[in-house]
Amino acid sequence: MSLLALQRDFGAFLRDGDAADAAPGMRVYQNNYRAQLVACLEDAFARSRAWIGDDAFEQAVVRHIHRVPPSSWTLDAYARDFPDTLAWLYPDDPEVAELAWLELALAEAFVGADVEPLSPADAANVDWDTAILRFIPTIDLRAVTSNACDLWLALAAGEAPPAAALLDEPHALIVWRQNLVSRFRLIDAREEQALLLARAGLSFADLCAALVTSCGEADGVALAGAYLGRWLADGLLARATGESSCA
Amino acid sequence: MHGQSRFGLGLRKPHYAEFLEHRIAVDFVEVISENFMVDGGRPRQILRDVRALYPVALHGVSMSVGSAEGLDRAYLARLRALVDEIEPLFVSDHLCWTRVGGFNSHDLLPLPYTEEALETVTANVATAQDVLGRAMLIENPSSYVAFDGCAMTEWEFLDALCARTGCGLLLDVNNVFVSAANHGFDARTYLDFLPAERVGQIHLAGHSQGEALLIDTHDRPVPASVWDLYAHVLPRLGPVATMIERDDDIPPLHELLAELATARAIAIGTERLAA
Repeated sequence: MSLLALQRDFGAFLRDGDAADAAPGMRVYQNNYRAQLVACLEDAFARSRAWIGDDAFEQAVVRHIHRVPPSSWTLDAYARDFPDTLAWLYPDDPEVAELAWLELALAEAFVGADVEPLSPADAANVDWDTAILRFIPTIDLRAVTSNACDLWLALAAGEAPPAAALLDEPHALIVWRQNLVSRFRLIDAREEQALLLARAGLSFADLCAALVTSCGEADGVALAGAYLGRWLADGLLARATGESSCA
Repeated sequence: MHGQSRFGLGLRKPHYAEFLEHRIAVDFVEVISENFMVDGGRPRQILRDVRALYPVALHGVSMSVGSAEGLDRAYLARLRALVDEIEPLFVSDHLCWTRVGGFNSHDLLPLPYTEEALETVTANVATAQDVLGRAMLIENPSSYVAFDGCAMTEWEFLDALCARTGCGLLLDVNNVFVSAANHGFDARTYLDFLPAERVGQIHLAGHSQGEALLIDTHDRPVPASVWDLYAHVLPRLGPVATMIERDDDIPPLHELLAELATARAIAIGTERLAA
């Protein structure tokens, strides 16, 4: 048997082999393989586990390991598809997958690329009439329908979480890293749209114009200023690295 | 031998603060490369801070030098970037494979010791050393299965690998003990025939008794059986960087330092006898 054929057979056994008929050593390898993946998901989704309970979490992990074999060189990447598995397993409980997404996004932001944020002093020197906003790379954003944020906060504090609930209006969750700490906040649909436009490369002047069109002259300009101030305070804007970049 | 880098510890998360806030009496620390092959954030910052205080060895678990399909170039590029930043004392990984056909097991899987496998590992180690711009140390694995049709012993395989690639060896004494017990060979014979001049670093660790086999768990102190093998092999090796490797049930730092003191005492005793 060639080395490649041996490795393919070995890999197939780890994923789906019947341990009952296997040699003791092969059972050790299969057990190690599964234990690594279980530990990875338990570590990455401690709040989700607390929310759905140990038994339900274990069942979800077993389904996930069967459904999604690991492919990346880093075990951390194995966590990335788990929120999708939870969404599939809990189609009527959106808070489950949204809570898991939040945990994952916080972990990913924690090890994202280092980029120096735009400081208030930097901002004072920007020509906002021509500026195109540049954002830090650790930002992640998704629409949410549930109170997953409140669940995370309660579980992180060791408090009894509130009941799951749907939000009255569409919102989004933004996750990023400021200094060395991962952060998140819930934003409304209007700020989400503004962020998406700005991250797509719309100039700040055009962003103001878009907000004026949708909200009126006074409110639009005020909103653009408020968003800019908040994004600066949160450290979401990146410092320019080239002369042609404005912010 | 790299200067005074004789006795070190595997640096694990529960001990980060102590290593950064106090000058711990070690000559070097070893970290798991993959834990720091991230884009940025606190892990990279911690490693930079540690590196400012201690020599650092990078020890990998995911290179998969035994993969029949070759190495992951993206992985190598990330490791090279970390090597360039940290300027490590050693760069090591295991004689094993982890990956096949887009599947990554995240376990150190065994190789058959055949000429085909030797050619595969030789090509992969040579590629890795080219990309990294330096020689690697390859660690002997602990294993739980052996394959029919092997053309050579593990130590013969490692000897040939070193000769063909110029790589060095990271001798894990506990792994020799575990594999010897599991496969029925004599651990001292292994150590007596290993190419001593190639050994650049030693790992000392503990293991557990599984249902039918010894398991390389790294979750308990170095047992007497492993200390005996360490004392047995040292006269062949001369001064060599040695460290305690603990990955689970991490004890207080002083317990690991006490184990390291034992290693130091055995090494000093060996050197006095040889003098």
